[in-house]
Amino acid sequence: MEHLVQDGKFDHHGYLNMELLRFTTAGSVDDGKSTLIGRLLYDSKSIFQDQLEAIEKSSKSRGEDYVNLALLTDGLRSEREQGITIDVAYRYFSTPKRKFIIADTPGHIQYTRNMVTGASTANLAIILVDARHGVVEQTYRHSFIASLLQIPHIVICINKMDLVDYSKEKYDEVVEQFRHFASKLDVQDVRFIPISALLGDNVVDRSTKMPWYEGPTLMYTLETVHIGSDHNLIDTRFPVQHVIRPMSNEYHDYRGYAGRVAGGVLKPGDEVMHLPSGITTKIAAIKTIDGDLAEAYPPQSVTITLEDDVDISRGDMIVRENNVPKIGQDIDIMVCWMDDKNPLRLNGKYSIRHTTRDARCVIKEILYKVDVNTLHRIQDVDSLALNEIGRVKIRTTVPLFYDEYRRNRNTGSLIIIDEGSNTTVGAAMIIE
Amino acid sequence: MSYSLTHLRELEAESIYVMREVAAQFQKPALLFSGGKDSIVMVYLARKAFWPAKFPFPLVHIDTGHNFEETMVYRDWLVKEMGANLIVGSVEESISKGTAVEEKGLNASRNALQTVTLLETLEKEKFDAAMGGARRDEEKARAKERFFSHRDEFGQWDPKNQRPELWNLFNGKKHIGEHFRVFPISNWTEMDVWQYIYQENIPLPKLYFSHQREVIVRDGALISTHPEWVKVRPNETPKTMTVRFRTCGDLPITGAVESDADTVEKIIYEVATTRVTERGSRADDKRSETSMEDRKKAGYF
Repeated sequence: MEHLVQDGKFDHHGYLNMELLRFTTAGSVDDGKSTLIGRLLYDSKSIFQDQLEAIEKSSKSRGEDYVNLALLTDGLRSEREQGITIDVAYRYFSTPKRKFIIADTPGHIQYTRNMVTGASTANLAIILVDARHGVVEQTYRHSFIASLLQIPHIVICINKMDLVDYSKEKYDEVVEQFRHFASKLDVQDVRFIPISALLGDNVVDRSTKMPWYEGPTLMYTLETVHIGSDHNLIDTRFPVQHVIRPMSNEYHDYRGYAGRVAGGVLKPGDEVMHLPSGITTKIAAIKTIDGDLAEAYPPQSVTITLEDDVDISRGDMIVRENNVPKIGQDIDIMVCWMDDKNPLRLNGKYSIRHTTRDARCVIKEILYKVDVNTLHRIQDVDSLALNEIGRVKIRTTVPLFYDEYRRNRNTGSLIIIDEGSNTTVGAAMIIE
Repeated sequence: MSYSLTHLRELEAESIYVMREVAAQFQKPALLFSGGKDSIVMVYLARKAFWPAKFPFPLVHIDTGHNFEETMVYRDWLVKEMGANLIVGSVEESISKGTAVEEKGLNASRNALQTVTLLETLEKEKFDAAMGGARRDEEKARAKERFFSHRDEFGQWDPKNQRPELWNLFNGKKHIGEHFRVFPISNWTEMDVWQYIYQENIPLPKLYFSHQREVIVRDGALISTHPEWVKVRPNETPKTMTVRFRTCGDLPITGAVESDADTVEKIIYEVATTRVTERGSRADDKRSETSMEDRKKAGYF
């Protein structure tokens, strides 16, 4: 925060104009992920004095001879005992340019569901590769998940460069290995950065040990990567979340439709269509307590009013007449299964939630599951166990208004809920 | 035209979305109101989320009986300002009923007892969702908390058995007797909350601003003296200092900081340059390195 103070004054304008970048870091016990996050927090001066003192104390009592930055991000006691991260933990820091939310997830195969969870809201993924070992099985797994969840930007950090004498050849070798593999993935934007999280090379400060590397540091990349196009601004999609009826004298006939814009840009006067009825009307106004808005776009939460009285409830969707989503009950999805008690079963029945709509579904067909380490498709399967990912056909009890996940993460995603335990057991991305 | 939101607007949109999900998914939600700045920001967000209707849930205040007077004055003003319903759960009552037992000893506090009263109040009023102003940046154990946090019929939090939370699809399904804690401002930091208060011009209790107060130094914290709750011990010397509070907890355990900051702008400057986390001035967190986790498992906020 000190960076926002200049000449004894706080830079309000700067702070109020920052953008938000959400990124995920996947890695396992040994690849230095916690050290990297600790380094980002430490070098960006996001650690408070008492936090630093606490980890200095912990490091000492563990008999470590340097301040273990990894301790900054180790959370729950059970994890501390095992020395590993077992859940998604969220961290926050900011620089003068951006505020960052890190979804810190464990990288081991048994935590695939946590990686998927962290990836679902991320703009960017950091994938760590140990320079000594190069691209390994878990690099494939992390990259596959990043591409499956359509994280728009991927940064491959080739870590522990200090242990390979900052060798350009080693770096080139890893880049080549990864490029070869990535050609099989659906990824748009991949970058490579040679770093040492332990010593800080190319994390926040530029390394003096690798003059051959001319690209930006990790921090510079995080601060400048273009995220303005990460939302779909083309297809108007407004899932109705809640109907607002004040029932007061002042707003006697007021009916507002509250929701979060899931795609496109809404403006007063727009001709819109209500789903499922197909009735067309116009947007009368976009209301907020601070006054009406001229337009609304993702991910804003707004309330709209319509010119005509249409019977609208939660789970309905407002779209443009000439650009409607797919409407259907037979849907093809990729599922990551998250239940440690029961597998996903052929002909199994589940609850689902898609945008603000609740429904039920039956598993009609399991086309294949994916070996997340090799990307091979395994056919003739009738179930998906915890952490397995597969392509499945479902039939829903009511039509969903959906888009392909590739086109819109908001209208292309759904969760599967076990009807007995009520817990979330599957994350699904709609293919078609 | 650039279609991008500032980070505060994006956080605001997320919090409003979460509150509307709560209203839609639960039968009888409530908003836990502590009098602190985080819960105050929540109330203002709730107003935005449902305007021009009133927000469709009451404010619930767990009253330890050891509150700062300023907190109570502010609470009553805010309830009126919002036209909200207020439900008070009294720790005093839980103690006299015998369901909560007052801690003994020198550092006795009623902080842990709040849990009992909170659970009693939720049960009595049949609330199935209680929104709180906890933030993930406050403490390590909270870094893993979900927006929708499932609690079993004993109100307990099981860190190993939390539901995965994907995209913006929140799952509030539950069995009878279970309930949820929901944290709409999970992703805000302390600085975000202050900036939002500044940006939205939200009034705060006077405690947050610099004032003169008689305090003693106890366990390294500046504690307000009080004729009943904080009696001066023989080795302690009360003195009047210029202080303010960074959190609005229970009077006997909430440490003040020396400060001249008497406006939100000055507080923001102070927060930006200070190097101690805000919970660092709360005595209860220092009891053990994992104290928050222990309290959460028992049903704390």
